[in-house]
Amino acid sequence: MEDLIQVVDWSRLQFALTAIVHWLFVPLTIGISLIIAVMETIYYRTKSEKWLKTEKFWMVLFAINFAIGVATGIILEFEFGTNWSNYSWFVGDIFGAPLAIEGLLAFFMEATFFAVMFFGWKKVSPGFHLASTWLVAIGVSLSALWILVANAWMQYPVGMEFDPDQMRNVMSDFIAVATSPVAINKFFHAVTSGWVLASVFVIGVSCIIAAKGKNLQMAKDSVKVAGWIGLVGIILTMWTGDGSAVEVARVQPMKLAAMEGLYRGEVGQELVGFGLVDTDAKDVKCKIAIPKGLSILANHDMNSFVPGIDDLIDGIALTPQGDTINTVSYAERIEIGKAAQQALRDYEAARKAGDEAALADALARIKANYKYFGYGYFNSPQDAVPPVALTFYSFRVMVMAGGYLLLLLIVALFVVYRKPEWFDTRLARFIGVLSIPVVWICSEAGWIVAEVGRQPWTIQDILPVQAAVSAVTAQSVQLTFWLFAIVFAALIVAEISIMVNEVKKGTNREITE
Amino acid sequence: MEIGNKIKAVIDFYVDGFRSMTVGKKLWAIIFIKVAILFLVFKLFFFPDILKENYDNDDDRARAVAEQLTTR
Repeated sequence: MEDLIQVVDWSRLQFALTAIVHWLFVPLTIGISLIIAVMETIYYRTKSEKWLKTEKFWMVLFAINFAIGVATGIILEFEFGTNWSNYSWFVGDIFGAPLAIEGLLAFFMEATFFAVMFFGWKKVSPGFHLASTWLVAIGVSLSALWILVANAWMQYPVGMEFDPDQMRNVMSDFIAVATSPVAINKFFHAVTSGWVLASVFVIGVSCIIAAKGKNLQMAKDSVKVAGWIGLVGIILTMWTGDGSAVEVARVQPMKLAAMEGLYRGEVGQELVGFGLVDTDAKDVKCKIAIPKGLSILANHDMNSFVPGIDDLIDGIALTPQGDTINTVSYAERIEIGKAAQQALRDYEAARKAGDEAALADALARIKANYKYFGYGYFNSPQDAVPPVALTFYSFRVMVMAGGYLLLLLIVALFVVYRKPEWFDTRLARFIGVLSIPVVWICSEAGWIVAEVGRQPWTIQDILPVQAAVSAVTAQSVQLTFWLFAIVFAALIVAEISIMVNEVKKGTNREITE
Repeated sequence: MEIGNKIKAVIDFYVDGFRSMTVGKKLWAIIFIKVAILFLVFKLFFFPDILKENYDNDDDRARAVAEQLTTR
């Protein structure tokens, strides 16, 4: 049992490390491909060489990021097969479809037009080149779509049926999986946050370039494009974030309660802006709160009820109108889950014995109790509570950093249009460079909220982490964890050093093309 | 244009593209080393597909997962 806990912890840690490193590269690829496509569109329309020069400078940084980041996501699939084989088998039919579409459609689209984008200058027509650049940007986002559909399904499993003969969840409704509101929100939230990240990166690097004055105009032009894309991006990110909050309140209320450190909810629940969560006292101390804010955020109704962690454990939930109702308590869910698992054991026994009547009876019990199958692995309702402090603080880091970035983008646009003399100053460079890590922290914090907040589930209500891991030893997972840590550290160092070299070129000499 | 010429044009397109790269050569080296480490070292030696490796067919794999999920 102790080894199982260690396997779970190390496997989670390894997956978290891999996902966090992978996400260092992805949003920059998503956002900067759009910025480059917009720059090339301006060049196509104006035929001004300065835009060609500007686009090509950012294309090099895009290529560096793409090259270093490509295939880091494949490691997650390795981990599915080795560390999470129960999970992988249990959901294979559903998870496999979006990932296969991602591989076939989006990746080949990216790979083909990526080559035209980089090698096709003067070899294809300007219109075809422009179309290729846009198709790379669209392909990158389509890749993200299918990955996020798969991720959303884990948070809100729809469009499937459990087949105990195959021991798999079988997809029964592809449209329901692909168009789940959680997936749609998650897709737009992640993609538009990528626009913001890349925009802040471009603004930060432009501030460095502007400081030495050799490519000042290029830096200003870059900030104009990035500033607008970033501003539109952050408004859309906030809007889709609001949509995500509504979806989380509806399908993962425990995650929302953890995000707020909320144990007992109220009608007209306040939203904690800042505070110190005390999980032992089940309270948030030294808090600054917005009255009725959480009710508005979760239900778009200032007088609605938002359940806390203990409310949910006790079986108090809310209707779509935000009224309280009594629902299935976590203690009851555990009983139902254990009944489902007993039915599955009976099904396996009947299968071996060839007893058709017992098989039908067990199947009926599995179906009746399957909704809470995963709760059967818990000994106490507390086992189903996510890590509250990490979820709470990550959410605040994301929101506060997001607020700062909104301000930064507005100021950047103001400066570049109205006060250009402020642009190539030491203060601008300081703020620009400081903002680069801030935007990455914001982006990663968002994923920590999403993924830590849904613990202990790999598939919401169906499969917790302790059932999803393979029968491997903790030592083997520890070994590969450290191997990955070394490789990832090397990749990050390579990315930063190659990028810094390229940025120095932009700083130290005038870029001609 | 014949199919052979079209294929040659595509190959030339890539060859010329690679030849004219500056920072790209370093990047391709990183990509190849990284992919080699991932697939030839990690995948082969450290990340077997446990169910594929230990069981011969899907029914055996399903029963193994059933065993795991009903005994934890």
